[in-house]
Amino acid sequence: MELTGAEIFVRCLKDEGVDIIFGYPGGAVLHIYDALYKQEDVAHVLVRHEQGAVHAAEGYAKSTNRPGVVLVTSGPGATNAVTGIADAYMDSVPLVVFTGQVPRHLIGNDAFQEVDTVGITRPCVKHNFLVSDVSKLAETIKKAFYIASSGRPGPVVVDIPKDVTAEKAEYHYPEKVEIRSYKPKKTGHLGQVRRAVDLIMQAKKPIIYSGGGVILGNGAQSLYDFTKLTGFPITNTLMGLGGYPATDRQFLGMLGMHGTYEANLAMHHSDLVIAIGARFDDRVTGNIEKFCPEAKIIHVDVDPASISKNVHVDVPIVGEVDPVLKALIAEIEQRDEPLAFAGDDGWWRQIEEWRAQDCLKYEQGDELIKPQYVVEKLWEVTGGDAYITSDVGQHQMFAAQYYKFDKPYRWLNSGGLGTMGFGLPAAMGAQLAHPDDAVACITGEGSIQMNIQELGTCRQYGLPIKVINLNNRFLGMVRQWQEFFYAGRYAMSYMDSLPDFVRLAEAYGHVGMRIEKPSDVEPALREAFAMKDKLVFMDFITEQMANVYPMIPAGAGQNEMILV
Amino acid sequence: MRHIISILLENESGALSRVSGLFSARGYNIESLSVAPTDDPSLSRMTLVTYGSDEIIEQIKKQLNKLIDVVKLLDLTEAPYIERGMLIVKLDCVGAGHREMIKHVADIFGAKIIDVTPSAYTVELTGGASKLDSFLEALSPVPVIEVVRSGSMGIARGDLALKI
Repeated sequence: MELTGAEIFVRCLKDEGVDIIFGYPGGAVLHIYDALYKQEDVAHVLVRHEQGAVHAAEGYAKSTNRPGVVLVTSGPGATNAVTGIADAYMDSVPLVVFTGQVPRHLIGNDAFQEVDTVGITRPCVKHNFLVSDVSKLAETIKKAFYIASSGRPGPVVVDIPKDVTAEKAEYHYPEKVEIRSYKPKKTGHLGQVRRAVDLIMQAKKPIIYSGGGVILGNGAQSLYDFTKLTGFPITNTLMGLGGYPATDRQFLGMLGMHGTYEANLAMHHSDLVIAIGARFDDRVTGNIEKFCPEAKIIHVDVDPASISKNVHVDVPIVGEVDPVLKALIAEIEQRDEPLAFAGDDGWWRQIEEWRAQDCLKYEQGDELIKPQYVVEKLWEVTGGDAYITSDVGQHQMFAAQYYKFDKPYRWLNSGGLGTMGFGLPAAMGAQLAHPDDAVACITGEGSIQMNIQELGTCRQYGLPIKVINLNNRFLGMVRQWQEFFYAGRYAMSYMDSLPDFVRLAEAYGHVGMRIEKPSDVEPALREAFAMKDKLVFMDFITEQMANVYPMIPAGAGQNEMILV
Repeated sequence: MRHIISILLENESGALSRVSGLFSARGYNIESLSVAPTDDPSLSRMTLVTYGSDEIIEQIKKQLNKLIDVVKLLDLTEAPYIERGMLIVKLDCVGAGHREMIKHVADIFGAKIIDVTPSAYTVELTGGASKLDSFLEALSPVPVIEVVRSGSMGIARGDLALKI
């Protein structure tokens, strides 16, 4: 039977197993919205701004490890989505973003709501398509899902002209697609695995440095097994938090610019770095010239282009982290000799000395609420088991430092692009994917205002997110840099005329709370999380001048931290 | 170092801009680029001349391979290869002795005079980039009206081939 392009679109989503999409209607996608209206298999969440749709899909994808799906119209619908698409590209989030396009005969004519979506998004997508013929629509959608979710995941944009959605074609959704130019590697090269294990057996001061690839590649269990088998210390990147249980003794905390003293020093003094699904980002390495001067480096990554991009690697292993970790484990178990590291406790003794520095300590007095304290209490009140999203800035670093993630897929933040405004819509996606679980968005009064309109979406769909607004009346991270590096000239980092967030939340039909005293923090959190069916906007009035420590200043090495 | 990279690309609209966009986005150098469909109409073959340190060239090849539209690539510079480009130059031949000089240099280089008017000779030459440079150098006493050069094309010597 012949179906219209719009009907084919909806059938494809259903056959792909998509249960929910995030979007916003407009002229070029009206046929599609009409087809969505006539069915019940695929739910649609109406956001308040297209950027919110993409971040919501990211929240869905990051918390489920399944591709998130977005539908927006042409022109401004597509350009509003670009920030979210770039965000997903930087953090390797599997997304399929459908954009409407003007009818084919108008393309290139500067038609109403026309932009060159394929051209605009090309540098920030894994791949994109313009569907020029309705007979190719189903296959293109299949390819889009395959590309988005295989290999190193990423966003794929499918641009569909309006007239294509009206034309008819036979419907056939292929079970699988072959793309001759795209064959991501799964398992690692065995010779490389052996070479890596040679280094692992000899290492005296090893460290495992794992990143978001462990989570995307479903490798947390194997990473745990590998870490326990070797007894090596482990650190996680910002994106990798939850890839290894944070409450485990072998975990040294996050590394990098705001990483722990013990993680950064252990990296710096190590003789072997085992990088797993991490990409040696500049926020991790600090000054590349001073990075791990004595270490050999093993790098496991599914993307060959990540290997030796920033740092020369001694043993690269291209493959998915899970099968590679399993191969490493099998190879270590096959060897007769014990690990050189096992008989020598010098390295752990050194690490424990660094750890005893207790670089994350702070003192909560009676007067002003410390932002760190709110995050610690949030961790206690939620039993460490909530889905936590964050925006970008100081609160993001406090969340990463003080919420101890023991499980993967719980920590959803914008790491690579650093997109303020990510947190609230991402929390919507996570809450929709996990309706019975606690979801909290840790944010600040700057970031939250970048997508605060999504409070309306939360109301429409009854999403009981807890917004943890660490309100210091400053763009805190900007202010911190201005304090350290610009002699305290706080240019534009202070926002006057903040809204009354309690009344704002109430205006949207939510519950608002203002918390001003340290002694009220925990009771207020308990009260808020007891409201299972309500969004509670918690406006914590925090100390204005709190800084994120430790800090590696730009251009410094990992051993050159500012501690307090 | 200068590298000549041959690329088999899906013959689809946008494939070329994915490659050129990659070079501008990541700050890589392009000396020349030439592209046309192959005997297999679903494929285009691109020859890209670039330069950079070994690490940069390695990244360029990895990033190119990462593009979904890139089917296969070969760095010709890693083995013996043949490079050819084409040059067409229009020369002002009015000056004393210029006609003779053009004819003479063209003979030495194996170039062809393809258009003649009372005031201009147009000459065509194929060869490697340095041969084309030398030809223009040898003709430097003659005023040039315009020059047009193709990007380089390349192919590996012997049995080595870039094909799917």
